Order: sequence, then structure tokens, then C-alpha cells
Amino acid sequence: MRIKYLSLIAAVALVAACESAPKDAGNASGTGTNQTSSIRPGSQEDLVVNVGDRVFFGFDRYDLAPEARATLDRQASWLKQYPNVTVTIEGHADERGTREYNLALGERRANSVKNYLAAGGINPSRVKVISYGKEKPAVLGSNEAAWAQNRRGVTVVD
Amino acid sequence: MTMKTRLLLKVAGCTGALLLALGVAGPAPALAEVRIDITKGVVEPLPIAITSFAGSGGREAQMGSDISKVVSADLERSGLFRPLDPKGFLQTPDQLRSGEPRYQDWRAVGAQALVAGNTTAMGDGRMKVDFRLWDVAGGQYMQGLSYTATSDSWRRIAHIVADAIYKRLTGEEGYFDTRIVYVAESGPANARKKQLAIMDQDGENHQFLTDGQTLVLTPRFSPTAQEITYMSYFNKKPRVYLFNIDTGRQEVLGDFPGMTFAPRFSPDGNKVIMSMAQNGNTDIYALDLRTRRQTQLTDSPGIDTGPSFSPDGQRIVFESDRGGSQQLYIMGADGSGVKRLTFGEGRYGTPVWSPRGDLIAFTRQRGGSFALGVIRPDGTGERILTESFHVEGPTWAPNGRVLSFFRDVPSGDGRGRSAKLYTIDVTGANERRVITPLDGSDPAWSPLIP
Repeated sequence: MRIKYLSLIAAVALVAACESAPKDAGNASGTGTNQTSSIRPGSQEDLVVNVGDRVFFGFDRYDLAPEARATLDRQASWLKQYPNVTVTIEGHADERGTREYNLALGERRANSVKNYLAAGGINPSRVKVISYGKEKPAVLGSNEAAWAQNRRGVTVVD
Repeated sequence: MTMKTRLLLKVAGCTGALLLALGVAGPAPALAEVRIDITKGVVEPLPIAITSFAGSGGREAQMGSDISKVVSADLERSGLFRPLDPKGFLQTPDQLRSGEPRYQDWRAVGAQALVAGNTTAMGDGRMKVDFRLWDVAGGQYMQGLSYTATSDSWRRIAHIVADAIYKRLTGEEGYFDTRIVYVAESGPANARKKQLAIMDQDGENHQFLTDGQTLVLTPRFSPTAQEITYMSYFNKKPRVYLFNIDTGRQEVLGDFPGMTFAPRFSPDGNKVIMSMAQNGNTDIYALDLRTRRQTQLTDSPGIDTGPSFSPDGQRIVFESDRGGSQQLYIMGADGSGVKRLTFGEGRYGTPVWSPRGDLIAFTRQRGGSFALGVIRPDGTGERILTESFHVEGPTWAPNGRVLSFFRDVPSGDGRGRSAKLYTIDVTGANERRVITPLDGSDPAWSPLIP
């Protein structure tokens, strides 16, 4: 009984920890540069930990804020470092829109990311896009903080 | 049988299992007969006595009882009828098998209309179901119909009987012999399993059409109710698909370079209209199902989606943000003559043209809440039916009188959600849950089953 209770607390703590990252809606998760030896260079984990895999958008917007552009500049450098890596940009929307509109909006966001990377010198043939609309929220919750983190473009290594 | 039936029509059901023999008996309707006036906003439900359908054998009697329960439930759910408790009935079903009812006995229990019926086994696996309808207040016979079908289709017969009673007493087509296809949802909000499911409009005969391995969205019926067009993420390639209900066969529709979504059939079933998104731009296309020719219908730099044909196939209503925010527009079926339909505050999406042609249903977002509404195709008469944190996806019953939609409610802790299907009268009255085994979203109402 006690063990069960403790594991429940641990599970709650884990969920809370997951939800608190990324800390700022306008910031990418894990922007540090200290590379640990267990991470394979050029992998998704490398991208998440050392570069930042995602950018965030304003409500019903698909333009890139300065923080997002900074993240994508790092992504472009990283992609140049690993020229064999191809990626898919996932465009996502928050739940405050209708299903079809959000599918189109997610596609717009994914293309904003793709176009920025292309302008930064990445061959567009290395970058695919897919929109999930509001179907795959990153963060649970029906509040502005959750919505801000769900309006995102995520770069995923193929 | 004392009822004189004149054979009007013989229809073969879609699977060949159902044979309907439809007969009409009795005098022409008198002038002052009982009738529900549904042109008014909210009506007082009509008290109706629906007796257990009689049958000679034990199995026939059970089926008769089951049929009358389904008829009662259909009529009750419409909000237009109030079936009376059979416990208080003074005349037994057997006493109603022939001749006139004792009207004073039915007036005494408060009935304004009376239904009695019989089920008879035919000996070849089929059964005959007949029913009669009386105007209790006016003391006269109104209608009698007779149907023959295989015994396992007794539910359909019950819905067809309910449709006949509904039509006779309201003057409008019924909608009970129909099905609903929708997206069944389960699992946590960030890893939702979504599968296509289909059921009768009352939630019975529920079955899953896909296994949930692949994300599926927005199913819609063909005009024959035999096929469904929907969106699937099969192989991580989001595209519009066609699903044949009888064979289970699925095929991708068209050969588009980008994501296709928001599909809908044309009223003649020959085309599917949909959106295609590419390079950040979403336009509307038509795909001819016979020639497989793709035609681009809109060419704006904005998001054009949610297309829905008018019932005559001449026009298409759709949503677009070309004017700065999501609003509804109407164009010709060839994409010509675009005119903006909505000018209200807020964002307007998911338009669906009523099968009757008189109204267009939509989802409106304004000030942090979602609402379902209707508007006339000329832009007048905008009216909200229901409003809450999240309602979306209206679909019309074939008579244009009732809509279905889904409502999404965040759970108390904000981490989960619960999406449920509902029906609502076009007046905004009589909102009812449609009970499904799992959560549900994106409902689509079928036409009357052929």
C-alpha cells in the first residue's frame, strides 16, 4: 500500500517535470551546448538537447518571432554539420480552432520553418513537412500556457 | 388481416436482405386531424400511445414488443412526441388487432394519437410487420402500412415505422432509418487513439471500421450511404480516402502533391470536394470519381477549406481567411462568383449546407467560446443553437430538421478531456446525448438508407 502510494507520487512528480519543460513559450527546449558522450551526434536527441527541436507561434500566426529564428539559425548550422541528415517539420496548432482550419494552419507553420531553413542554406529536398493540426498536443491542459506550447513547429530527424 | 392494403412500392434493400412492401390504407386525411405544427419554435410534445405490437407466437410477441420500444424511443428522442406509459393503457394490443379502437379509453389516458401493430412470421425466415395509426382526438383512422423483411432486420423496420408515423403527424420526412459515422476516441489527450466507427442513429448496431493504428478524421457519407470519404494519416501521408462499408475496401482519392483533407461528396455522388495544402497555401479541389480528373476551384493565398455542396449541386459554401479572418463564402460549383456570406464578429468555419437547402450550419468562435449556428444562404437569419467551451462539427439529419455535433469538455484537472456526440433540433431545443462506447467526435449523419 505504501509503495503504491509512493509510486503514485513519483508519477505525479514526473508528469509535472515533463510539463515544465520547455520553460518559456518563446524559447526552444534545451538550448545548452554541453554535449554528453551518450548522445549520438546528428541524432534527434542531439538536436533536442544541443540545438532545440521546436519553435513556437502566436495565436493563429505562422510568422517566426526572433526567438524562433534564433533556434532555426542553430538548426540550420546543425543541419550543415550533418549533411546526410534529412528532417520532417511537424506543424501543430492549439485546440482553440476548428479541425480543418488547424490542419491548414499547421501546414502553414511547418512551411514557415522549412522556408526559413531553406533561406539559411538548407536544401529544401532535405526537409519534408507534415501537419497534425490540433491532433497531437505536446502539453496537456486547456489554458494559455498549454496552448502557447502546442502552437509549434517541431523538427524531427527522419 | 382486415386492413386493405394497396401495394404501392417494392424496394430492394442495399444488401438484398430487406424487402419492403409498402401499402397505404384508409380514407383520405380529414381536415381537422391531429398534427404537430413544427413551424413554431418550441412545440409541446404530442402525447402518443404506442402499444406493444402483437404476435401469435412467443418469438413474434417478443419481436413485436421490441419493435414498439424502438418506435417509442425514436419518436421520444425527436422531442416532438411524448409516448405514454403502456401500464396505464385500458385496451390490450389483442383488442386492437381488428376494428376501431375504443377512442374514449385512449382519450382517458391522455393520448392524442394511437399506434398498434402486428408481427407475423412468414415461415421462410421473413416476417411481416404492419401498423395502424389513429387520431384519438378526432376519433378517426389515419394510416396503415405493412412491411416484409428478414427477421434480423427488425430494428430497421422499427425505424421505418417510426419514420412513417413522424411523417404522417408532422408532414416532414423522418430521419430514424439512418446511420451515423464518427471518430471514436480513446486514450490520453496527447496520444489519442482515433478510429472510424458507424452506428444506427440511436447508437445501436455499433461497429468500428478501422483499428485505431492510423489517425483518421472527418468521415462523411456518400449520398447512397454505402461509402465514406475521410482523412487518414496512413504511412504518415495525410490524404483523403474512400471507404466502402460493404467490402471494407479503402483507397486514396486523387494524386495530390500535398496534404488533402476536409472531403465531402457532391449530392450526385460523382465528385468529392476537398482541400489541398501545399507550400503553406490551402485551396479547394474537386475530384471526379469516374474520370479521376482533379479540378482546382479556389486560388487565393489564404486558407480555403471546409467545402460543402448545396443540395442541388449548383453551389459550394466554404470557409476562407482571405479577408483576414475565417469567414464563410459561397461560390458556384465551378469556383466562379465567390461571395462572402458571414460578416459577424468572430471566426466562422465548418459550414454544412442543409439537405433541405434552406440553411447552412457552421461553427463560430468568439470571445473564447465555440458555438454552433445556422444562417440562410442569402446571409440573413443567423442564429446560434448552442454555445460552450468547445462545440464543433455540425452535420444534418436528412430531413434538415435535426443536427448532430460533438462537444469537448476538458476534465477538472485540465489534463484529460471528454468528447461526446449530441443531437439538437434546428430550433436549438431538445439537445440529446448520443451514447457511444468510447468518446466521439466528427459525426456525419447518413441520408435515409436506400
